[in-house]
Amino acid sequence: MSRTGTIYGINGPVIYLKGNTGFKMSEMVYVGKERLVGEVISLDKDRTTIQVYEETSGLRPGEIVEATGEAVSVTLAPGILNNIFDGIERPLERIADTGGAFITRGISVDFLDLQKLWDTHLTVSVGDILHGGDIIAEVQETRAIVHKCMVPPNLSGEVISIVEDGRYTIKDSLLTLKLEDGTLKELCMMQRWPIRDPRPVHNRIPASEPLITGQRILDTMFPIAKGGTAAIPGGFGTGKTMTQHQIAKWANADIIIYIGCGERGNEMTQVLEEFSELVDPRSGNPLMDRTTLIANTSNMPVAAREASIYTGLTLAEYYRDMGYDVAIMADSTSRWAEALRELSGRLEEMPAEEGFPAYLASRLSAFYERAGMMHNLNGTDGSVSIIGAVSPQGGDFSEPVTQNTKRFVRCFWGLDKSLAYSRHFPAIHWLTSYSEYLMDLSAWYNENVSPKFVDYRNRLMALLNQESSLMEIVKLIGSDVLPDDQKLVLEIARVIRLGFLQQNAFHKDDTCVSMEKQYKMMDVILHLYTKCRELVAKGMPMSVLKQDHIFEKVIAIKYDVPNDNLQMLDLYKQDIDDFYQAVIERNA
Amino acid sequence: MSIEYLGLSNINGPLVVLEGVQDAFFDEIVEFTIDGTTRKLGRIIELYENRAVIQVFEGTENMSLTNTHTKLTGHPMEITLSPDMLGRTFNGIGKPMDGLGPLVSDIRRDVNGLPLNPVKRKYPRNYIRTGISAIDGLTTLIRGQKLPIFSGNGLPHDQLAAQIVKQASLGDGSDEPFAIVFGAMGVKHDVADFFRKTFEESGVADHVCMFLNLANDPVVERLITPKVALTAAEYLAFECNMHILVILTDMTSFAEAMREVSSSKGEIPSRKGYPGYLYSELATLYERAGIVDGADGSVTQLPILTMPNDDITHPIPDLTGYITEGQVVLDRNLHGQSIYPPISVLPSLSRLMKDGIGEGYTRIDHQDLANQLFSAYAKVGEARNLASVIGEDELSPIDKKYLEFGVEFEERYIGQGLNENRTMTETLDLGWELLRILPREELDRIDTKLIERFLPNEPEE
Repeated sequence: MSRTGTIYGINGPVIYLKGNTGFKMSEMVYVGKERLVGEVISLDKDRTTIQVYEETSGLRPGEIVEATGEAVSVTLAPGILNNIFDGIERPLERIADTGGAFITRGISVDFLDLQKLWDTHLTVSVGDILHGGDIIAEVQETRAIVHKCMVPPNLSGEVISIVEDGRYTIKDSLLTLKLEDGTLKELCMMQRWPIRDPRPVHNRIPASEPLITGQRILDTMFPIAKGGTAAIPGGFGTGKTMTQHQIAKWANADIIIYIGCGERGNEMTQVLEEFSELVDPRSGNPLMDRTTLIANTSNMPVAAREASIYTGLTLAEYYRDMGYDVAIMADSTSRWAEALRELSGRLEEMPAEEGFPAYLASRLSAFYERAGMMHNLNGTDGSVSIIGAVSPQGGDFSEPVTQNTKRFVRCFWGLDKSLAYSRHFPAIHWLTSYSEYLMDLSAWYNENVSPKFVDYRNRLMALLNQESSLMEIVKLIGSDVLPDDQKLVLEIARVIRLGFLQQNAFHKDDTCVSMEKQYKMMDVILHLYTKCRELVAKGMPMSVLKQDHIFEKVIAIKYDVPNDNLQMLDLYKQDIDDFYQAVIERNA
Repeated sequence: MSIEYLGLSNINGPLVVLEGVQDAFFDEIVEFTIDGTTRKLGRIIELYENRAVIQVFEGTENMSLTNTHTKLTGHPMEITLSPDMLGRTFNGIGKPMDGLGPLVSDIRRDVNGLPLNPVKRKYPRNYIRTGISAIDGLTTLIRGQKLPIFSGNGLPHDQLAAQIVKQASLGDGSDEPFAIVFGAMGVKHDVADFFRKTFEESGVADHVCMFLNLANDPVVERLITPKVALTAAEYLAFECNMHILVILTDMTSFAEAMREVSSSKGEIPSRKGYPGYLYSELATLYERAGIVDGADGSVTQLPILTMPNDDITHPIPDLTGYITEGQVVLDRNLHGQSIYPPISVLPSLSRLMKDGIGEGYTRIDHQDLANQLFSAYAKVGEARNLASVIGEDELSPIDKKYLEFGVEFEERYIGQGLNENRTMTETLDLGWELLRILPREELDRIDTKLIERFLPNEPEE
């Protein structure tokens, strides 16, 4: 039964087998004596090509390759959260226990803890007819999350026997199902799913609720919906990773899957350390309790980098099927695209633009289309949102990965080098970024924040746009010659940029800001603008308006108003009114 | 086991093809004997059944299809390691070249190294004081970091690296064991001599381990030099518990060598003719910096690369910037104004800085102060642009202040002497002093409380 082949050629992570081996496409194989994990990527009458997920040095021609009969898959069961995996879902902690500080090759570890006993509560009874996706048991996986064990999507039948509630491992049989064809099937908590296949759903539902991140420029200016897709492109040092970290920390998703794809090892360590200490403001539990990390750092094998994105996606879809809102941080999709390019080069495929393979666009679209707000098979609603960082070559957004990504995402948060150089963070540029979800979400904002919210947001954007066109003139002739009402626009735009758009991730109050505070800050800024415009209309010059330092005071709101004392913001409006009176009286 | 294969079937640049090989493995090291006298090493980089493509380290000169005997060594590229390496000089593939004889030790390691498991890393938090304000104040170097110097031909990157070595190693009277691993890829003789001299003069020579591949040494050797150097560094750091500063110069030569070999292999090029795996290759080098949980040592990397045509978007600096934890960029303009070190502060960055400074590490005001200096200096650039259009006289009073700040900042904060070693307090206080030039309401990046503490109101004049 077991099909095998013999290694014929080795070229980096790609190996060739001679002859028709009978392997299947995308099948997982074990390569050589060390049993390295690999995947079949092309078949030919005379030759089978395999990409190997581990370092291939030391392999010899003549060694045996063994097929597993299964596509490259992930194990789905309790124990995924609060864990860190490599690109093919091997737990790094376990690898460290067996292999030491460095990752050696051919380590065989269990994907999840098979010994651990979970307190299991069964939610079905004998005689129930179950379909794919139906929930059979609940397990408190971490303090924050109840794991719902489901019938694998392709099975259905009648429950004919069942165990009592109690403590079980993920491989213990929980119930026996009589399938439609009469065969009996025992179900346990664990199931496997191939990483390249999307898990089935009932239907898609339109996005209607924002993913609140606590970041003003995102929530107010360019919101992403739950189940939406966003790209964060930016050259190095512009703060992609920082933005991803901030969203992973503060977003109101139930589960965060953080994929470190070809990035720095120290960054993954940082996430691991920081998230174990930080507390989720909504549940009061450590952030790691709702987080899973997939780490394929840039020095880990390139083929596993390509797989890591799909591994993360499949884990996300699994939790979505339980009815959770899942957000994926993919940092960075460019490394994944480059892994495709590297492998494509090794396979000697005809390159398209910039050496990337011609199928880059279709792979990217397939990736982003796995996001969405879904009505699941079991009747629950859940979502997968994808936030992908893009590292364009030379910071140039016209390169193929950025351009193709732009076609398939609906939110574009363009990071800007000059903002980053002046340490304006988050360095998301308000003129190049966009969100197509704004219209879809306005109903939610009207109902949950304020009917004036969208209008305020648009007024801020308009002021920023005016500033940008005025700056064209200022660059030529200086700002002194502008009339006072235009000077006021520049000043208010400065208040918006410094006081609203800029956000300090290291400040305890400013790092995450509620929608209410965001709204009230806009309210104060626009009130200031209205009052100042009246003064300017009355003939007061800008120099007079600036004397009272009212603009500086409004800029400092983000630091001076604690998040738990938002009434203070009403006092600011009072201060602005006082300032108005004072100016009038002084210059009467 | 030592079967010798006679002859070769193809020689092309640095690559040779050997047919009829048995039991060879991928990445294995082979030994050539040419005319029965000269010995060379090579590495198997492609293997098809019994046909091996081999990269020859010392160059293929004098090799012919008939005069070469090839022997498989049965192991990947390894070097001998021992604490006695300090004070020694080796060639690009780790053979002693200082006439002091071979290293005696049982410890041999594969130079390719292995990826460090992220769960076993320790997040770097200890800063290294370099005594250079532009680095300490604005792009603080952290122990275990990889911080490259992006430079151009003719800029004083070597002097800067040497100054960092001198001042970082001998500062603060710390008694922790400290050593330097120096890897040179395709550098000029004078550069190698410059470093050797500096190490001797500053009294650290017996703490330096040098691996030299000079500009006229074989190109293929360059591909292995940084790996050899880093293997030595990892051994000294994680097994001998020393703090290692690795200087790799010049990464551009390394990448060029890779392109050369790739094209003679007939691979499909990606950007500017570099192979598609340039990123992965660079990453396997840079990622070998860090701190391992359980070991007292650390590997800090200071790679130097010269940007071809000063272009920061060229694939080599570009990919490097995506892997390393920040960069220090040198600027030709500042160099032209005789400002040393000519560090262009705006594009320079240290990603690990935020966790290694501030209260408990340097001083509570450090982060805000640095942000303010960056933002103020960015405004200097805007004011200068404006001045070049409308003339300096037409500028608003605030913009004029910024111009003044810009000049002072470049001369006093960025600029300093070749031997000037500033303390952290001096650097930070200097920052505050310069900010005094600006009106107070311009200081919008600093917490109001900090301004009151560090910039007390002066009596109005």
